[in-house]
Amino acid sequence: MGIPLPVLFGQLLLGLINGAFYAVLSLGLALIFGLLNIINFAHGAQYMMGAFVAWLMLTMLGIGYWPALVIAPLVVGLFGIAVERTMLRRLAKLDPLYGLLLTFGLALVIEGLFRNFYGVSGQPYAVPSALQGGVNLGFMFLPIYRGFVVVASLAICLGSWLLIEKTKLGALLRAATENPSLVRAFGVNVPLMITATYGFGAALAGLAGVLAAPVYSVNPLMGSDIIIVVFAVVVIGGMGSILGSVLTGFGLGLVEGLTKVFYPQASSTIIFVIMAIVLLVKPAGLFGKAS
Amino acid sequence: MNLRKWAFVSAFALIAAGGAQAQISDNVVKIGVLNDQSGAYSDLSGKGSVVAAQMAIDDFGGKVKGAPVQLISADHQNKPDVGSAIANRWIDEDKVDAIVDVPTSSVALAIQEITRTKNRVHLNSGAGSSALTGEKCSPTMVHWSYDTYAQAHGTGIALTKQGGDSWFFITADYAFGNALRDDTMAAVKEAGGKVLGAVSAPFPNTDFSSFLLQAQGSGAKVIGLANAGSDTINAIKQAHEFGLDKSGQKLTGLLTFITDVHSIGLETAQGLVLTDSWYWDTNDETRAWAKRWSEKMGGGRMPTSVHAGVYSAVMHYLKAIDKSGTDEAKKVVDTMRTIPVNDMYTKNGKIRADGRMVHDMMLVQVKKPSESKYPWDYYNVLRTIPGDEAYRPLDKGNCPLVAGK
Repeated sequence: MGIPLPVLFGQLLLGLINGAFYAVLSLGLALIFGLLNIINFAHGAQYMMGAFVAWLMLTMLGIGYWPALVIAPLVVGLFGIAVERTMLRRLAKLDPLYGLLLTFGLALVIEGLFRNFYGVSGQPYAVPSALQGGVNLGFMFLPIYRGFVVVASLAICLGSWLLIEKTKLGALLRAATENPSLVRAFGVNVPLMITATYGFGAALAGLAGVLAAPVYSVNPLMGSDIIIVVFAVVVIGGMGSILGSVLTGFGLGLVEGLTKVFYPQASSTIIFVIMAIVLLVKPAGLFGKAS
Repeated sequence: MNLRKWAFVSAFALIAAGGAQAQISDNVVKIGVLNDQSGAYSDLSGKGSVVAAQMAIDDFGGKVKGAPVQLISADHQNKPDVGSAIANRWIDEDKVDAIVDVPTSSVALAIQEITRTKNRVHLNSGAGSSALTGEKCSPTMVHWSYDTYAQAHGTGIALTKQGGDSWFFITADYAFGNALRDDTMAAVKEAGGKVLGAVSAPFPNTDFSSFLLQAQGSGAKVIGLANAGSDTINAIKQAHEFGLDKSGQKLTGLLTFITDVHSIGLETAQGLVLTDSWYWDTNDETRAWAKRWSEKMGGGRMPTSVHAGVYSAVMHYLKAIDKSGTDEAKKVVDTMRTIPVNDMYTKNGKIRADGRMVHDMMLVQVKKPSESKYPWDYYNVLRTIPGDEAYRPLDKGNCPLVAGK
């Protein structure tokens, strides 16, 4: 195809890095959908909030990247908990469509508020000094920070998967999704678990926001730019499938990376083409279970 | 006073007042600032342009030929249909005489047709399309601050002559990006440089690493970013991350505003070369104006060249009404052409038959963090580009108003 092998390797690696962002974001989304049956359209706004909280902490309190990596997701998670307690809970018995509309409206309000206070141009956020610079891999220059993003994302995904699949808490969560009233009969506080799950999902979005802050423009619209792609990832992976969304996230990052080499103009649409094909062939998604 | 006498006196007063303002329609000059107040261009134009226009009106004295000057504003949301609806309502119902700013080329071109047909003044500061003074030119329009041609030529020729004679372009894949790239390519070739490659990124785009890697691989000395707003910000941020600046490649944003530089931060943006029409920290006059503007905006921000252009355009418009004694669109714009533009925005600016306000541009380089002494101290001016060199020659734009002469 006339593309030298080193260039191809470079692009594949970059695809993997982008896939890492998709994976962390779609993981939270899949978690919330799987356990709460809520299509969380506020996910992009929560991702943006993560980045903004990190920036605000840096500029107003002088708190750097590393503490922000822990604190910002906590702040966004608490915000998620408040949203679940005060608003989403009231819609629990209604059609999931109501949850979608509520979270979509919330996303618009949150973005509008940030836009009002901070404008649209975005805020500066530098790569933490320990992760500056890069290494020459021979076929490409890899910024250390990008490498860190991939490693951190893998760790987050693996940790979340272990938590849900291998621990007692995870087992209870899964059981509560299948049959909430039965689990409640065993004395488990199901509403608390639901709140915690939504908070955790929101915190994951916030964490992705902090990871993105040094490399992407920190602006109020950054979430809406990426959320549609992430939704496509979740749909392709199978709504609610945690492993599926993570694998699909990385996989689609790779596909997108390849498209950028061969036909860059199509790189923003390729994911939706794949989504259409998957929906036609396997409507429940690649890893989803047909209900 | 009996009733009949009272009626007589008031009728006389009305006639006298009317006589003095005979040429000002509806006895009021109404200016409408139509721009993006919530989206991608709201920081570089937006509310800041409304404040700038009000400053011009206040500095002029709030009245022209005895008629009060009123200001209204609206958000066109970067949508031509929304902008057109507002402009039509403004002209038909609110008796607006001049529509000002109008960033986003697609909206500006729609407003151009409306103001041409309905004979109203269009003073454009925010939009970039050079078609506004080319094939789509209008006798009632003045294009004030910049256009894609001047941006492309300013940066393209200057960098090529400084030794940056091989280029690679990263283009936002839509009309504006392609036009900016083509104009710059032409300028680079004109100056003796060569184009090694170009890649079209989807618009809008968040991750540019793949395109930057291709640019890096091309070995070009200059990487031209034919995009704007958050696309440019993301590309510059990531170019720094991938060490493009350290490997000796020069990065240039072909349409970068000071608000973009502010949002990238000097640490990342340092060394970036760009063309702009005005910089707040040029001399005492610009600094004084910028300080006043900043205070009215609540502090913490400095004006862009688009804001300063709005002030200059509104001031010049009012001067022309004062000189000609009318607010009839064609006559006012004709009078605007006869007065040189001399204010804090530019010196000896002149308005051509095609509506282009020709003025000097500047090639600037973003300072290192260590060179920046106070907030918004961002640019070193490398070179002043004379207006005649920066802007497209009058006979090259295919403007029917010029061909008819």
